[in-house]
Amino acid sequence: MTSYLLRGVSVLGAEPTDLLIRDGVIASGPATGADIIDAAGLVALPGLVDLHTHLREPGREDAETVETGSRAAALGGYTAVFAMANTSPVADTAGVVEQVWRLGREAGLVDVQPIGAVTVGLAGKQLAELGAMATSAAGVRIFSDDGHCVADPRLMRRALEYVKAFDGIIAQHAEEPRLTEGAQMHEGEVSTRLGLTGWPAVAEEAIIARDVLLAEHVGSRLHICHVSTAGSVEVLRQAKARGVRVTAEVTPHHLLLTDELAASYDPVYKVNPPLRTAKDVHALREALVEGVIDIVATDHAPHAVEDKECEWAYARPGMVGLETALPVVLSVLGERWDLIAERMSRTPARIAGLTGHGTDLAVGDPANLTLVDPSARRVVDPSELASRSRNTPYAGTTLPGRIVATFLRGEPTVLDGKAVK
Amino acid sequence: MIKHLRSAADLDAPTATLILDTAGEMAALAGREVKKLPTLRGRTVVNLFYEDSTRTRISFEAAAKRLSADVINFSAKGSSVSKGESLKDTALTLQAMGADAVVIRHPASGAPHRLAQWVDGSVVNAGDGTHEHPTQALLDAYTMRSRLGRLDGLKVAIVGDVLHSRVARSNVLLLTTLGAQVTLVGPPTLIPLNVAAALSPKTKVSYDLDSVLPDMDVVMMLRVQTERMQDSYFPSAREYSRRYGLDLARMRKLPEHAIVMHPGPMNRGMEITPEVADSSRSTIVEQVANGVSARMAVLYLLLGGKA
Ligand SMILES: [Zn+2]
Repeated sequence: MTSYLLRGVSVLGAEPTDLLIRDGVIASGPATGADIIDAAGLVALPGLVDLHTHLREPGREDAETVETGSRAAALGGYTAVFAMANTSPVADTAGVVEQVWRLGREAGLVDVQPIGAVTVGLAGKQLAELGAMATSAAGVRIFSDDGHCVADPRLMRRALEYVKAFDGIIAQHAEEPRLTEGAQMHEGEVSTRLGLTGWPAVAEEAIIARDVLLAEHVGSRLHICHVSTAGSVEVLRQAKARGVRVTAEVTPHHLLLTDELAASYDPVYKVNPPLRTAKDVHALREALVEGVIDIVATDHAPHAVEDKECEWAYARPGMVGLETALPVVLSVLGERWDLIAERMSRTPARIAGLTGHGTDLAVGDPANLTLVDPSARRVVDPSELASRSRNTPYAGTTLPGRIVATFLRGEPTVLDGKAVK
Repeated sequence: MIKHLRSAADLDAPTATLILDTAGEMAALAGREVKKLPTLRGRTVVNLFYEDSTRTRISFEAAAKRLSADVINFSAKGSSVSKGESLKDTALTLQAMGADAVVIRHPASGAPHRLAQWVDGSVVNAGDGTHEHPTQALLDAYTMRSRLGRLDGLKVAIVGDVLHSRVARSNVLLLTTLGAQVTLVGPPTLIPLNVAAALSPKTKVSYDLDSVLPDMDVVMMLRVQTERMQDSYFPSAREYSRRYGLDLARMRKLPEHAIVMHPGPMNRGMEITPEVADSSRSTIVEQVANGVSARMAVLYLLLGGKA
């Protein structure tokens, strides 16, 4: 195994130092025989951890595979991603989650941790075999019907309770389905002007309010996916103040983009939950800094060209995000490296119970880390993405920061900004 | 001149006025023996209709033919998400055929905006989903101006299912541009939240038709689909008619000179009674004739500069 010496690297923005990687861990002592990487001007972060990725395999390998998604993740600075269950077949059995987990190991670019479905076929009727997925080789701890809301309150209560047996957590896609039938974009002035059916903020807020009460009642852990409204932030703030065990994520695109973009009717801006207003964006940014929102998660959602190059109403919702997440967060938070590490690495690892990721990069820690050049600027070019899909909302946008290298247990997955395999 | 007519918001006051004036000239022509103008000879106008709307298609077809354009009717009904050719592929086909203008009717809001990204010719929105129907607004404005002599300062009530109405959106935008004062009337479930902020800050909203009528110069009744009941927008057709339908008793509350409009097709007995629809205040038949003139004006002006 090759050793590496990162010369002159700034760990989380601290004074430049040398960081030695040997035998898969951060090491001390002489760097004899190590490959030397000139890391002057680069910032080392613990490898990023994404709790919300759609890798599309099995089922839509034309849009993404575990391998292409893993490569996109590594290029984005990630060392672990959690693969959502809405594949075809759905990841609702031990067999499917083990398949995804194994494909991740074979790709070997990031740790791919499958998320299990809460209900059979994501149909919201009957619990999937959560215990079997938990005890499978994949060791599933996070369960989600993402793409769908677990709308039935009794079923949601049972799911929250049931996973306590193996310290599981339910990640809710908060969307009251009766309030969002046919919904195409955020309900507001822009949807009225564009004649597109509105997705009201209250459809998200009502489910979050209900679910924090359920989690409080049964003493379970709850995670809220892709929080998108100022009202949701208020509900979470109150729940956390009461001591409810709830965590929440926000996507990079909800931190940066607004519903005005729909005026082009270009479905590259169609996403679920939809882009909201500038007021919501402002509230989400504040909540992320404060910690009312715990983490950034990408909701990386690759789609084939034909699913986006069409009328808005017929397009699938979702955006790719793994390769642009850190630059977007950098542009939103600035170079607050410790905060970025907290929101994109340590806390997601802690929520998921994932060991070896989100460390302080201390001697002896597994060498899962990424090197960022904060002075670089990049114009996003969809054709350059490693993802199999091109549906980025940032085409032509200049974003700060470039991921120069990523290491997974001491092995480089990205060097000189390029994937090593 | 603008290149596309995707939304009534594409029109500023001088452009809209030019179209209405041109429509007047076109209408005068309709009285002559030879009804055709050679203006668009050799130009190709495609009617691309993804929804059945014989009346709108025929109106555009007549307009294009009276300007001597070659007309291709491309009925794509049934082609949608999963089956049939994509809008983009169709656009590329039309592009290869050398379409100078594509008139598109589509169930999805914004389809004309997408089409305009894929073809070089002019795109005319003939109704897209629940978004807009700008030529309907032009023919309505033309009809109001012909009957009442002006648009500036005119008080217009648009009554009914504003939420789902492309006619309402285009009319609010165009009429406001031309100085009219629009009041939207209907049950609160069918008036979008923030509608004034979304379309024009001058727009008023009322939930009480009776209180609005005495002050109006124009009342425009929108078609209300009875299926809306299933979605609880209102309890029953009977209650809807009682609160928001235009019958003779309500019509008498209007000032002497006021006119009654309807974009058609009507639900007689629902939003409008037959006596009102057929009364001398009703402009419903005129609206159809004016539709051809307004669409001639649009095609003439969009394509005129490019011969
Ligand atoms: Zn989701």
